[in-house]
Amino acid sequence: MIRPLRVIVAKAGLDGHDRGAKVIARALRDAGMEVIYTGLFQTPEQIVQTAIQEDADGIGLSILSGAHMTLFPLVVEQLRAQGAEDIVFFGGGTIPPEDAEELKRRGVREIFTPGAPLSQIVEFVQRECGKRRQLVG
Amino acid sequence: MNDADGDAVLLRDFAARSPRALARAISVAETGRGAELIRRLYERAGHAMTIGLTGPPGVGKSTLGSALVRKARSLGKSVGVVSVDPSSPFSHGALLGDRIRLAEHFTDAGVFIRSMASRGHLGGLAGATADAVLLMDAFGKEVILIETVGVGQSEIEIAELAATTIVALQPGSGDSIQVLKAGIMEVADIFVVNKADHPMANQLKREIRSMMEMLAFSGWVPELVVTQAISGAGVDDLWRAVERHAAYLQSSGEIVERRREAFAHQVRQLALGTLQRKLDRELASEIVAGADPYSAARSILRTFGVDTEEPEEGGRPSHLRASVKG
Repeated sequence: MIRPLRVIVAKAGLDGHDRGAKVIARALRDAGMEVIYTGLFQTPEQIVQTAIQEDADGIGLSILSGAHMTLFPLVVEQLRAQGAEDIVFFGGGTIPPEDAEELKRRGVREIFTPGAPLSQIVEFVQRECGKRRQLVG
Repeated sequence: MNDADGDAVLLRDFAARSPRALARAISVAETGRGAELIRRLYERAGHAMTIGLTGPPGVGKSTLGSALVRKARSLGKSVGVVSVDPSSPFSHGALLGDRIRLAEHFTDAGVFIRSMASRGHLGGLAGATADAVLLMDAFGKEVILIETVGVGQSEIEIAELAATTIVALQPGSGDSIQVLKAGIMEVADIFVVNKADHPMANQLKREIRSMMEMLAFSGWVPELVVTQAISGAGVDDLWRAVERHAAYLQSSGEIVERRREAFAHQVRQLALGTLQRKLDRELASEIVAGADPYSAARSILRTFGVDTEEPEEGGRPSHLRASVKG
């Protein structure tokens, strides 16, 4: 039986703007994935524990609060601490290009900024999470 | 790494109570490759208290579930939660949102939560829900809460799987005839009227009471609890009702029958899954081309070795829990 890709869509910290996260969640759902939405105000630890229990292939984190340089690296750190770096970690939000580059250097797989086409995001998730699925089954 | 090696590593980590191993094991079962794993772990299961939580969409199942988890944790019990949401019949994708209400338990190492998509399975559960419950049980979870998809009137599979079934009802959702209807109203061990602050809450409570007064119950008489899950009001009462029901199952010996039902449920799911796939393959084949539906069904079933000449009575084994007095 085929098990659809499973992706966590998360909102972290003091950031109540989840319209973008909901749009992404719906797009991934419509692409045939099982999307687990965490709800607002999550800590990096909550997000990573969720991903582990759900045996997720990927985590998409949305941050529109400006705290991306703090929160993204904390999630990377948690994934490392849990030995769960196989989970594809990506994100999006209002993130300046130089910050996005720095975050990618520090272990975030991809950063999508306002204007990124949904098809591009869906394709990225399918490709990268699909690779992870091939490795771990 | 081949499957056997993978299984051995997984079993070792599972025995060491690694949450990742439990998560992986559920995924393995979901893909239909869990036979060996379940065979090895089956002996360890059978100790957990299994509580089913069902009711219409938006009644507060997840919020009630979260309150019950909080209560069980305050008593020092380790908890597993399996929460089912529907899959899209079009894309096969799903949006699993029950976790939102459970966020306070995410970092509690004593709570393991798994969201499942129904993946086309009807009845209110997912095909592998029983496997997930069994695995959590074998992992050592003492209380396992199973939350169904938001159901209508007839999705009663949960009553086969769980030892105790809670049916949560929504004030203001229909008249006195609704509570007399067949289906989920018949499988409740405990009725919950949630949203106690709703102006219609008392009316719903009266309607359920008057329905129950008409009936003579063989054995357990369903309890009625009024809660306001979001504030926690009534949750202690609900937990006590669950404990009374669990004690009743033990003292009456009915637990044996419930376990047998849960076992039969799982066997039926597995067998049906295999038959369904076989049937779908046959349906795509030449055998049925050009025939009328009855003849086509008969010829497919004949290839399965099933004779359909005489329609048989029956279906699922069941016993009526209550009958009208007088």
